Amino acid sequence: MTTTAPTAPLLDVKDLRVSFPGRGFRAKPVEVLHGVDLSIAPGEALGVVGESGSGKTTIGRAVLGLVKPSGGSMTFAGRDITAATAKERRALARDIQVVFQDPYTSLNPAMEIGDILSEPLVVQGATPKDARARVRTLLDQVGLPSDAVHRLPREFSGGQRQRVAIARALAPEPKLIVCDEPVSALDLSTQARVLDLFIDIQRRTGVAYMFISHDLAVVRHVSHRVGVLYRGDMVETGPGDKVTSAPDHPYTQKLLLAAPVSDPVAQRQRREERQRRAQEAREQVQPAGVV
Amino acid sequence: MTELEVVDAEVASKDEKTPRVGRRSPWRRMLRDPQAVITGAVILAFVVLGLLADVIPSHGPNEASLQAFNADVGTEGYPLGADASGRDILSRLLHSINTSMISGVIGAGVALVIGVTFGLIGGYLGPRVRGTTEWIFALVQTFPGLLLLIVLTPITKGDYRATMLIFGVLLAPGIYRIVRNQVLGVKNELYVDAARVSGLTNRRIMSRHILLSVRGPVIIAAAFMFGTAIALQSGLAFLGVGSSGVPSFGAMISEGFTNLYSEPTQFLWPSLALGILTASLVLLGNAMRDAFQGARPKAAKITAPKLAGEAAAATSATAAEAEATSLLVVEDLAIAYPTPSGELRTVVDGVSLRLNAGETLGVVGESGSGKTQTAFAVLGVLPPEAVITRGSIRLDGRELLGLSEAELRPLRGRSIAYVPQEPMSNLNPSFTIGAQLVEGLRSSGSMSKQEARERVLALLGRVGIPDPERTFRSYPHQISGGMAQRVLIAGAVASRPMVLIADEPTTALDVTVQAEILDLLRDLQAELGMAVLLVTHNFGVVADICDRIAVMQKGQVVETGLTTQIFSAPQHAYTRMLLGAILDEETVRTDGPVAAPVPLGTDAR
Repeated sequence: MTTTAPTAPLLDVKDLRVSFPGRGFRAKPVEVLHGVDLSIAPGEALGVVGESGSGKTTIGRAVLGLVKPSGGSMTFAGRDITAATAKERRALARDIQVVFQDPYTSLNPAMEIGDILSEPLVVQGATPKDARARVRTLLDQVGLPSDAVHRLPREFSGGQRQRVAIARALAPEPKLIVCDEPVSALDLSTQARVLDLFIDIQRRTGVAYMFISHDLAVVRHVSHRVGVLYRGDMVETGPGDKVTSAPDHPYTQKLLLAAPVSDPVAQRQRREERQRRAQEAREQVQPAGVV
Repeated sequence: MTELEVVDAEVASKDEKTPRVGRRSPWRRMLRDPQAVITGAVILAFVVLGLLADVIPSHGPNEASLQAFNADVGTEGYPLGADASGRDILSRLLHSINTSMISGVIGAGVALVIGVTFGLIGGYLGPRVRGTTEWIFALVQTFPGLLLLIVLTPITKGDYRATMLIFGVLLAPGIYRIVRNQVLGVKNELYVDAARVSGLTNRRIMSRHILLSVRGPVIIAAAFMFGTAIALQSGLAFLGVGSSGVPSFGAMISEGFTNLYSEPTQFLWPSLALGILTASLVLLGNAMRDAFQGARPKAAKITAPKLAGEAAAATSATAAEAEATSLLVVEDLAIAYPTPSGELRTVVDGVSLRLNAGETLGVVGESGSGKTQTAFAVLGVLPPEAVITRGSIRLDGRELLGLSEAELRPLRGRSIAYVPQEPMSNLNPSFTIGAQLVEGLRSSGSMSKQEARERVLALLGRVGIPDPERTFRSYPHQISGGMAQRVLIAGAVASRPMVLIADEPTTALDVTVQAEILDLLRDLQAELGMAVLLVTHNFGVVADICDRIAVMQKGQVVETGLTTQIFSAPQHAYTRMLLGAILDEETVRTDGPVAAPVPLGTDAR
């Protein structure tokens, strides 16, 4: 199992800070990321776990250029992309792609699947004929029938829509795909199949993933390395099996113990362990003499 | 291939089988709407008549003849008669149609071009640009339209086309508002983000993605503005503003009006034409709205068969023994929804559940399995169009189906309580938490305000809220989702219900909060001796809290049993498939990063 990237990182993020304007007149900006470091090697899947408000989605959006960082640097394939202009960003679209959480709103409801998939190809300069051929290959790769081309997103189930979104991300043959909770909106059985598709595609194409999720089990399933984000700070980074099964940081341990396992007996043990720790924490907070 | 894989493959193929939903463009849909077809045909007829204005009548619109002065209907060469100046009414009518149509096209067209352009710009670009466009359009809207047009007559030189041009500008804020609001709504949709990540330029995103999504309301508004422009042009002409050489409904009505007592038909024709034309436009606009904004044909109301009594009687033998142990009994419950075509679509098909006092039953299933519908039926809160086609729901021996809302109300809260999935949307944002809980308590009993307040504070403390006083005074937006769920649980258990129905109570919460909420539910259940019916899709939650499980698939319960039994030895294939799909601790990725990236085309397998 490879833990550190042998080659130069594909994406290198250093001390990334992002602030959003505060609400109200002359309010102070709210910083949601307080200096996050991470790197992704070519062909690697980095899982980013965190609860709501941890800033995990913001990292992805910063890498995609959808929010402006207020500090730090981002380097992609040796190029500094921290302050990329709109034009540079459009060029980066060949290399960095995205799969969003919600397959219901991430596809334009008024466009046919074929148009959704061929549009990025056409703007990158492909001829319509090449684009059509490529769309068929893409649909095949994500396991959709080729007659999907002339259908609208609403004619597909959630899992199938997410396959379309994956195909769209794959279209320009990117080097990195940011996956923001790509299976959270899916049913259990669909979830497992879509995750396997992600892994399969990575094995075949060598694309790197930044895999953002709140679910340790999902991240454990696809990630080579995992980073744990807590209130805008990366508290722990390491090999996937270690971080998601035997973590060092107390927050990650809390996260792991809080996630219920699908086994009544094991879950009882886990619950008791969690409650014991919570009790210890409470006792620590209370000064010894108070009792 | 193991049995599990067979099931998995089977489900996979079902998932891939794409549902062919009937897809028709809004225009095609309009063709099937009689209102759209009739009004469309009327308007088309008007257009054609207008185009033939120089062919049909034998006189020009301004050709006056002394012989034809006030000629009657049917006079040779004057089929509709002639007016006080001896001009052919038919000819003037047909030419008036053209005047109206040109007015409409110019007015609505100018409004569209200006409104859509600036609406897209103002909606999509930053707040500074929007501020400017907003200010300009607000200013335009303050101009008094009709007065301004009359005052500007010297500039337009009485030409109605110039007047309509200005009127179009005055109409533009309406379109601007619609487009801007739509764009603001669509702009933050994920698919627009995805388009930006795909490397599309702002201009392309606006024209391809945003304009496509906002066209419906714009087309509808344009249809109405077309009618407004025609009405205004006629109004101006009636007032005598503008050139008298241009035949127009307004001018004809005005002339007919002065002649009303001697020749009433002169007044009748243009009024009739104008009335039919504008009415058709308004009705066509309405039909367009239905087609574009998807007004669903009303579902046929199907009355539920009077089943409560019969069902209870028929099953009384088995019921007797079940009731001895079970608090809540659901028997052979079937729920259906009417489809637009009038048939019933069954979503819950013969579900039977038994909930014993003090136990937790987990109802597990994927989306569309009917688990929430079953829970709603027990609560008596199914949407009004839902039809319970058969079955029985008994609480402590009492049949709940067929009870009126007034009979159900005292049961809810005191006998059955409910904890929803989305805590935030179940709290009213305009009242404090305390006020909402006190109101709930007092409605179900004769408690004084002070008593209720103390009880609520005690409950808030009980459900683990650190500072009950402060939360009591807070508004829902001031507390977190986890706290909101605690508040709702406090409200649910306030009157010590026998049965608590929790519909995905932790799905919207973080896992650390979820664990605490499940602990709370477990503690409260032990303390109050409640029976809990927990609807969920999460097997971890089931393993944590449920004594028994009912697995649902496509409206049916496929397997029921003790939690430990189902997890260790699932009987039904679907249960096995679900359990097999769980990503457990063992599913760790073991292969390393792909060393040498392979281009997509050359598949390396």
